Amino acid sequence: MAAHVTPPSTYYKIFATLVALTIVTVIVAFFDLGRLNTVVALGIAVFKASLVLLYFMHLRHSERLTALVIGASFFWLAILMVHTLMDYVSRQWIPVPGK
Amino acid sequence: MATQYAVQPPDEERRVHYLNADYGIRSWLLTVDHKRIALLYLGTVTVMFAVGGLFAVLIRLELLTPTGDLMDSDTYNKVFTMHGIVMVFFFLIPAIPAVLGNFLVPLMIGARDLAFPRLNLFSWYLFVFACLFGVGAIASGGVDTGWTFYTPYSTSSSNTHVITATFAAFVVGFSSILTGLNFIVTIHRMRAPGLTWFRMPLFLWAIYATSLIIMLATPVLAITLLLLIVERAFHFGIFDAQLGGDPVLFQHLFWFYSHPAVYIMILPSMGVISELVATFTRKPIFGYTFVAYSSIGIAVLGFLVWGHHMFVSGQSVYAGMVFSLLSYLVAIPSAIKVFNWTATLYQGSVSFQTPMLYAFGFIGLFTIGGLTGLFLAATGLDVHVHDTYFVVAHFHYIMVGGTIMGYLGGLHYWWPKITGRLYPEGLAKIAAFIVFLGFNLTFFPQFVVGYLGMPRRYHMYPPEFQVLNVMSTAGASILGVGYLLPFVYLIWSMRYGRRATANPWGATGLEWQTPSPPPTHNFDVTPVVTEPAYSYPPIQHVRERVVG
Amino acid sequence: MAEAGHAAPLADEKHGLVSHQFEDVEQQRSAAALGMWAFLVTEVLFFGGLFLAYTVYRRLYPEAFAAGSHHLDVTLGSVNTLVLIGSSLTMALSVHAAQTGDNKALVRLLLATMLLGAVFLGIKVVEYAEKFRDHLVPGVHFHWHGPDEGHVRLFYGLYFMMTGMHAVHMIIGEGLLGWLVIQGRRGRFGPHYNTPVDLIGLYWHFVDIVWIFLFPLLYLLGRH
Repeated sequence: MAAHVTPPSTYYKIFATLVALTIVTVIVAFFDLGRLNTVVALGIAVFKASLVLLYFMHLRHSERLTALVIGASFFWLAILMVHTLMDYVSRQWIPVPGK
Repeated sequence: MATQYAVQPPDEERRVHYLNADYGIRSWLLTVDHKRIALLYLGTVTVMFAVGGLFAVLIRLELLTPTGDLMDSDTYNKVFTMHGIVMVFFFLIPAIPAVLGNFLVPLMIGARDLAFPRLNLFSWYLFVFACLFGVGAIASGGVDTGWTFYTPYSTSSSNTHVITATFAAFVVGFSSILTGLNFIVTIHRMRAPGLTWFRMPLFLWAIYATSLIIMLATPVLAITLLLLIVERAFHFGIFDAQLGGDPVLFQHLFWFYSHPAVYIMILPSMGVISELVATFTRKPIFGYTFVAYSSIGIAVLGFLVWGHHMFVSGQSVYAGMVFSLLSYLVAIPSAIKVFNWTATLYQGSVSFQTPMLYAFGFIGLFTIGGLTGLFLAATGLDVHVHDTYFVVAHFHYIMVGGTIMGYLGGLHYWWPKITGRLYPEGLAKIAAFIVFLGFNLTFFPQFVVGYLGMPRRYHMYPPEFQVLNVMSTAGASILGVGYLLPFVYLIWSMRYGRRATANPWGATGLEWQTPSPPPTHNFDVTPVVTEPAYSYPPIQHVRERVVG
Repeated sequence: MAEAGHAAPLADEKHGLVSHQFEDVEQQRSAAALGMWAFLVTEVLFFGGLFLAYTVYRRLYPEAFAAGSHHLDVTLGSVNTLVLIGSSLTMALSVHAAQTGDNKALVRLLLATMLLGAVFLGIKVVEYAEKFRDHLVPGVHFHWHGPDEGHVRLFYGLYFMMTGMHAVHMIIGEGLLGWLVIQGRRGRFGPHYNTPVDLIGLYWHFVDIVWIFLFPLLYLLGRH
């Protein structure tokens, strides 16, 4: 098999990191940081997801095509979200007669 | 070189190929051979086309007169809804990919089958299951929401079989996804030695781009229809303004799929046209690289323009401007294809067999459809023609004048390969002309009557529009005859047509390097590719011969 | 070559099984892997639609969403997050066991993954039952003791759709893991062939990633 064999010690380290980050996320949520709450929560989530992708899903040792495929899926998700939110965010920008 | 025989010598009757390798219903219903699965799909989509066509007949009959005399408005709403749902989800989306794609992709790349043959069969069963649900929705009383299922009518007010119909569309989406997945993996991993990306026939580029769209867009349709079903059942308010929900959110989610879906419908047909133009001009397609990249360009840009269906729905003016600009942009790759097909004709050795007639029809009618799409992309104009017959004419020029022409052209072109028989060329040419004539008579008047203000989805209209509507219905009758003829003579040819050789058209491409019909495993020896696509010998021009 | 219309697998000298359409074991493995990754792309877009709906309505009704979120049990949610991360660990370790030929460990770790997944689903059942009791399931019996009932109902609708679809994927995952356990006990996997373990692992990790995003977005609003 061409697949790379990751040593279990790596998996344990990643697991510990993910647990720690989860605890951090929960604790931070109990403090009022205003808009930063969302930024921090999502930022940590993205980092955790990256760890799962890179190590548990061995993206780190996969071919470039795999990274391209994953990248494309998140890019398209971004298109869905940003392009739709563009409508909602701008609903008040240009007034329509009568409104 | 030896004279090209179109007819096969007598040994042919004893040769084992994919059609006679095994007999009986089980050998078809449990097959994993991509060629047999393609034929299973052919049968199913033809049935669904007939169902959708029946609703079209009812629409056109009703519209012969300005008053609603054939059916009441509720029934008419059901009729145009079912016409749209069946034609879009159960014919146009699957037809070319699942019939021609399934049959040709392994042959064109020199493989023995697709990457996942059992998944392929499963996708057909999902398709049949979905069709049964769709027909079930029709038989139990129909749906009247329009094929677009807009909320809150579909979630709160309509008392028709919305959940059955949306569930059918939900399931057919998964059939589509599995087909697309199979094509992507097959094209990435199973190309024959020497078949680099830029040596592939353009049909494969088109199928690949289509598959990308299928994978990225269809899941959003799935979740949207699921949300619609849940909303209709539980009313938690996601699309209901009275509970703080936004009906326009449904439209965003719906069109995020449904606009790329129209490219799922047209791209494979464009791929067919590239093959036809190359073969019947005996030249490589002009600007191969541009045409290949334009397929990817259409796939990508097609995801950015969905809001042009929503200019008057209440989305922001700013968003309308952005979607309008991007819609103009997406026309460019399509135009590149049309220019390149046309340029290929220059100094080509053009012949006018039936597939090429359909190709010419496509190029002309798709251009009209595409240009009128640009009319609609202009927000100022769209405000006036939105929800009129102008829009209906626009998309029928693309779907029928474009997609179906390509489908028929491809079906005729590859018919000898699929069945080992030649169709009757004279009758086929006549049928192609009838289709072209009938099509234009049906849909051109609709541009006029729509521009003059006749709204769509109404079974009554002001009397001054009647003449044009009568013309349209007359055209539809002629178009119906045009479609019926191939149905009859293609089936006839399977038994009585002259037998075909491996390469009756003298075309390039790996699919023509194996007998007609191919053996189950496609190739006795895996081919090795050493030349670019469409490597025809150079054409000797008159001047060269005279001057020397 | 192969018989008519039948995908009879052929054995090769590495005693893996190669289906007739592939040239060799490596092509088969890389095709299967690309197929699973391509499938996961569709899952990203599938859940993406729900995340979009969530984002749109959270922007519009921040207080109602915070109030709804506050009523969720953050302890159970956090425990579930840790349980799922643990199940990803055992899943990754089971792939390693297959790759190194340790069949006993493989089966044990797969069962551990299934167990952790079952704990997750069990906790979800508890949570859903609480919601049912508190009249927080959108539908006829929904009742919110506070302002913005309609908007809070939107939050709970999305909560149930998002965690519900996630749970459906977990249940499917449990089924796939069960199949792996059965095949594993028959000694089907080892260094020469462990593709199904690898690929079902990818699916399981993906479902974990979805929860990594669901947890903060649903449970951690309005905690301060």
